[in-house]
Amino acid sequence: MGSRTARTSALLGSTFLAAVTFSGSLSAQELRLITWGGYAPDDVVAQFEEETGIDVKVTLSNNEDMISKLRATGGAGFDLAQPSQDRIVGVQRQFNIYKPIDFSRINTDQLQPSMVKATQDSTGLDGKYYGVPSVWGTSGLIVHSSVADTVTDYTDLCDPAVAGKVSYRLKRPTLIGFAFAMGMDPFAAYNDRDEYESILAKVEDKLIDCKSNVKTYWTGGDQLLALLRTGEVTAAMAWDAGGWKLNAENPEIRFVAPDSGALGWIDTFAIPRRSENEDAAYQWINFVMQPEIAARITNASGNFTASKGADEFVRTELRDAYRASFSDQAINNIKWYPPVPPGLETLEGQVLDRVQAAN
Amino acid sequence: MNSGAARLSLWLLLTPFLLWIVLLVLVPHLQMLRVSFQVRESWDTLAWGLEQYQNFFTESYYWRTFVRTGVMSLFTTFLTLLIAFPIAWYIARLARGRARGLLFLACLIPFWASELVRTYGWMILLRESGLFSSWLQALGWADGPVEMLYNDVAVIIGLVYNGLLFMVVPLVTTLDGMDENLVEAGYDLGGNHATVLREVVVPWAMPGIVSGCIVVFMLTLGSYLTPILMGGKDSAWFTQQIFTQFITRFNWEQGAALGVLLLVLSSIIVWLGLRLTGQSLRKVMG
Repeated sequence: MGSRTARTSALLGSTFLAAVTFSGSLSAQELRLITWGGYAPDDVVAQFEEETGIDVKVTLSNNEDMISKLRATGGAGFDLAQPSQDRIVGVQRQFNIYKPIDFSRINTDQLQPSMVKATQDSTGLDGKYYGVPSVWGTSGLIVHSSVADTVTDYTDLCDPAVAGKVSYRLKRPTLIGFAFAMGMDPFAAYNDRDEYESILAKVEDKLIDCKSNVKTYWTGGDQLLALLRTGEVTAAMAWDAGGWKLNAENPEIRFVAPDSGALGWIDTFAIPRRSENEDAAYQWINFVMQPEIAARITNASGNFTASKGADEFVRTELRDAYRASFSDQAINNIKWYPPVPPGLETLEGQVLDRVQAAN
Repeated sequence: MNSGAARLSLWLLLTPFLLWIVLLVLVPHLQMLRVSFQVRESWDTLAWGLEQYQNFFTESYYWRTFVRTGVMSLFTTFLTLLIAFPIAWYIARLARGRARGLLFLACLIPFWASELVRTYGWMILLRESGLFSSWLQALGWADGPVEMLYNDVAVIIGLVYNGLLFMVVPLVTTLDGMDENLVEAGYDLGGNHATVLREVVVPWAMPGIVSGCIVVFMLTLGSYLTPILMGGKDSAWFTQQIFTQFITRFNWEQGAALGVLLLVLSSIIVWLGLRLTGQSLRKVMG
């Protein structure tokens, strides 16, 4: 009897202790952020934590992974996400994973108005907006100077002169890029399913033809950088920031905007539907979009920011690299992704699967 | 009181196992089965159908990858057995004392690192700017860089390497228990190496062979990193298609259907293997 009481009280004691520790961890504020590599550098996170007392938990991700994770939980598990602006409306209509942005809580004075407008246009649904612009960049070509004259557009990656020295991703930007380079306009066909299917069919044939030229389809940024660094790949379709990073190490490797136009993307802030700390999410948005902080993120990742006035804080090498890659004409020729209508990605998925399985 | 305590302790002991089986194996699989019969329209509607399974049979790339994965896994398993058998024989029958422990350790050490690290190790060796390529050039056997990565052979090398330990261990265990006299008797009765191997050693080692094969086959069929990283552009692997459907295409319904099909395929092949070799699962795993 005596020993039983002792055991019971020990049990009660440890339960109590567990309860206290548990509630202790809940009382500290937390921001669970799901974002891309480089968008939340350690020093920025540290400064935010110091100024606000909010704990930031960063999960690195990409567009598809973000959507999958939020879809699995119906929009729970994270307080703030950073999907690309073209991947919000369709996904929202299909899975209902985001809540509208309250622009009155956002310090829009420190954002570039044209970009806010563009993002609102592409993330609007039923009169509400789901995205705030954050970081933007392009994808185009990274080429070694030895083949720079041959490879000036996406389709040149299929040129026999670079056989076995080429890499690109098997993802939707590749389909879009090739379609533009083949003289078609996939964005104009977004809402015409039949037309879009016929464009995809032509791109599919081209990519299957081109397969013998490809060394491997890259799947991660680090893998691609390694392939280009070692010279195993001399031409690739990739993001601008990666190209400038390599350019800093080896001046022979450069990022070029393709003849048919670089593909422009804007990554946004979007609030998951079951975010548990919206307040912290808005604080984070207003914090990182301050010109000086935004410039620090740009310096770390190489991507540009939607923050107004951040330019003067950006490293000069980065600005030079940008000017070397983009003439005024190339900037005007950037093809910005419009929102993807639901259902298109299924079509694209089948094309990509067929290319992957083709011999 | 006593039997009550015994029953309680039995339940307490069983709880982790039951939780594991029910929460992590049974429930997810049933959920996956359910999802695989859903037809996808919008987040607030629900319909049932066989569409995903139809897709599998009408889109040739699904079942072509499926067959390819199955055949390559079987071949990998066979190759692993061929390589592992002499190793296991040496460790179990010929090596003594310390050498035996060291040899076992040598098989084990690669597994102290994760599959990812092992695969990257192979990639460093095989890639165009890698070690093997530069050795070949230094020896004058090749004029330029040789690319050995990104093909089916590289994939099989990686898979065999990953499976080796799981074949060696059960083989050593069964071969260890074999009576030396059996082998001697085989020779005394006029058998040569081949007949002794065929009539005495292999039948004795059969439970070890089958259990090793089952484990290696399952690991290979379900592996994801090695085929993706080492196979490159032509490396279609069925697990990759499942991953793509779930993660890249948000098409859980199709992914679930493919997952169910993979489970069925592996179960059938294991069942066939047991039937053909005349083993029962209880004997092999016991």
